Amino acid sequence: MDLYVEILASTIRYTVPLILACLAGLWSERSGIVDIGLEGKMLIAAFVAASASAVFGSAWIGLCLAILTSVGFALVHGYASINQRGNQVVSGVAINMLAAGLAIVLGNEWFKEGGRTPALPPEGRFLPVQIPGLSAFADVPLLGAIFKVFFAHSILTYVAFIMVPVTAWALSRTRFGLRLRAVGENPHAVDTAGISVARLRYMAVTITGVLCGIAGTFISTSLSSSFVRDITAGMGFMALAALIFANWHAWPALGACLLFGFLQASGTFLQGKNLFGVQIPVQFINMLPYVLTVVLLAGFIGKSIPPRASGIPYTKDR
Amino acid sequence: MSSKGELPAWVDVGVVPLLNLLVALVVSGLVVIIIGENPFEAMWIMLKGAVGSIKGWGYLLYYATNFVFTGLAVAIAFHAGLFNIGGEGQAYMAGAGAAAVGLGLEFLPWPIVIPLAILAAMAVGAFWAWVPGVLQVKRGSHIVITTIMFNYIALSLMGYLINYGFRPVGKMAVESREITGAYIMSFREVARAFFDVRLASTPLNFTVFLAIVAAVVIWYLLWRTKLGYEIRAVGANTDAAIYAGIKPDRIIVITMAISGALAGLMAVNEILGAQHRLVLGFVQGSGFVGIAVALMGRSHPLGIVLSAMLFGLLYQGGTELSFAKPEINRDMIVVIQGLVILFMGALEYAFRPWLAALFIKAED
Repeated sequence: MDLYVEILASTIRYTVPLILACLAGLWSERSGIVDIGLEGKMLIAAFVAASASAVFGSAWIGLCLAILTSVGFALVHGYASINQRGNQVVSGVAINMLAAGLAIVLGNEWFKEGGRTPALPPEGRFLPVQIPGLSAFADVPLLGAIFKVFFAHSILTYVAFIMVPVTAWALSRTRFGLRLRAVGENPHAVDTAGISVARLRYMAVTITGVLCGIAGTFISTSLSSSFVRDITAGMGFMALAALIFANWHAWPALGACLLFGFLQASGTFLQGKNLFGVQIPVQFINMLPYVLTVVLLAGFIGKSIPPRASGIPYTKDR
Repeated sequence: MSSKGELPAWVDVGVVPLLNLLVALVVSGLVVIIIGENPFEAMWIMLKGAVGSIKGWGYLLYYATNFVFTGLAVAIAFHAGLFNIGGEGQAYMAGAGAAAVGLGLEFLPWPIVIPLAILAAMAVGAFWAWVPGVLQVKRGSHIVITTIMFNYIALSLMGYLINYGFRPVGKMAVESREITGAYIMSFREVARAFFDVRLASTPLNFTVFLAIVAAVVIWYLLWRTKLGYEIRAVGANTDAAIYAGIKPDRIIVITMAISGALAGLMAVNEILGAQHRLVLGFVQGSGFVGIAVALMGRSHPLGIVLSAMLFGLLYQGGTELSFAKPEINRDMIVVIQGLVILFMGALEYAFRPWLAALFIKAED
């Protein structure tokens, strides 16, 4: 019982950065900009959040600076993709490398620990918030389990899950969201209607930057208590996989991220343990999200249809 | 891009890339200034560490060997209009092929087992790229995404294979036992065994000649054979290629297999030539360096050899620099790599209009 509660609670925790990065990718790709730099933006945000929280002793300052940095990186990608009409995959690779390198080089110089940041004090972290009245249930048998799984989380966790309905609503019910999606499908039509394609796409990459910034902050200040090398461990790419899995829709993205989060959590807990009498190597659980995505992409479990104009730079004078 | 075509060819081929490289280096220098060091001093230490001694040159060429392979792998895919980000995973998987043959057939004499192990590395690397190629052609899944996923699948799969397959029972370190049969000797060992000359200790080995051969073969393939013409035709204009009777599907699959085989050769240098055992994570980002090398070398084998040497210099110089100045971490190389990819790849044409304006002014 305790093990199941632990696995479910940690599923929720692992899902947070995945769903934030996945929604970040959703905003970007829905506007027509492919972003394989989610990983890099999360990484640099995780680094900035951990550094700033350590220096200023406040997790909120860490969050703000992390979002600013992440948006900065997103705008570089936006400039390369929108103004310079560069190859978006190449730009994403560059962002990932730049983030990985800068985090270690700057961290090494600032804290002299080979790229690690100092362990954060409690006020520098996003720790589980106490919800008045609910904490009383913590020791009641069944309710306590539910409490542990759903209500013992940091504020960022709730923000992440609220972003799902917000994104779904914004993209399907607001003028801005509908225009944004139109830009990802048929930018010429949007341009003809007198709306700036570049402006909409810049807004989309900015949202991507904000969400990646929150995701990175969560990783280094909530999931962990400092920044270490490669702390994002491919979560940005797993989010990309979830995005494909969810066919570029917000609610299915939540399902895909919960599934991948569950796989990650069970991989951690099942390490070296027996399941139904057989020892399942943790490596196979770890690779499952990627294998599932490849199988899905190959059209064996239904079809994935990306936004039609994604990855294609928009040229006005054609 | 109204200014397109208004520049002389030598500016497009020579000045534009050099300018982009210069900007990437200037920005890297700014990062060094931010962390409170002198970029010129840093550059001098790097140069001295890489080309100021036999040992430096040995390491430089050893790193460059890896980067020539992964750079060629990315470049040949570029020529067919494909982006193979999977060099990292292909090289990693190829290590299992090289080690399996090297360990399994070690009773054979070395002139037989070494070529077999090299072929095994190429075959496994090719397979790991061939699958994404086939999936794109037959099932419409995009190569960029599939190869990214394959990198992570390779990471887990190799972790499993090395831990449960290659690791001898009772050995603590997660690695295979020593590969004695398919042992490619380093120049240092050769000099010592046959000429009684003592050389500085570097892992530079005979695979460096294989890298030169690979570069020449790829040049010949791309510009002197029918297949190469077809690859370039598909990359330049798929519709025109179809009109000319070329089957793009066939070309995509073949190109991906060649690309994967080239990436696989990186494992030969690392596993058979330097480490002599299969170790966890031996690729260490060389697959991604290949992207920078291919972009910088403009996807031409000669350019790739030169830019691979430049990155070899950065890697060796960067190591020396991090010894001499602990304030500058070795990961500074990764920053430079990222900037090179950004300015030579994604922002390729950023300074072109400005250059064009300069030229028009000069002509008036």
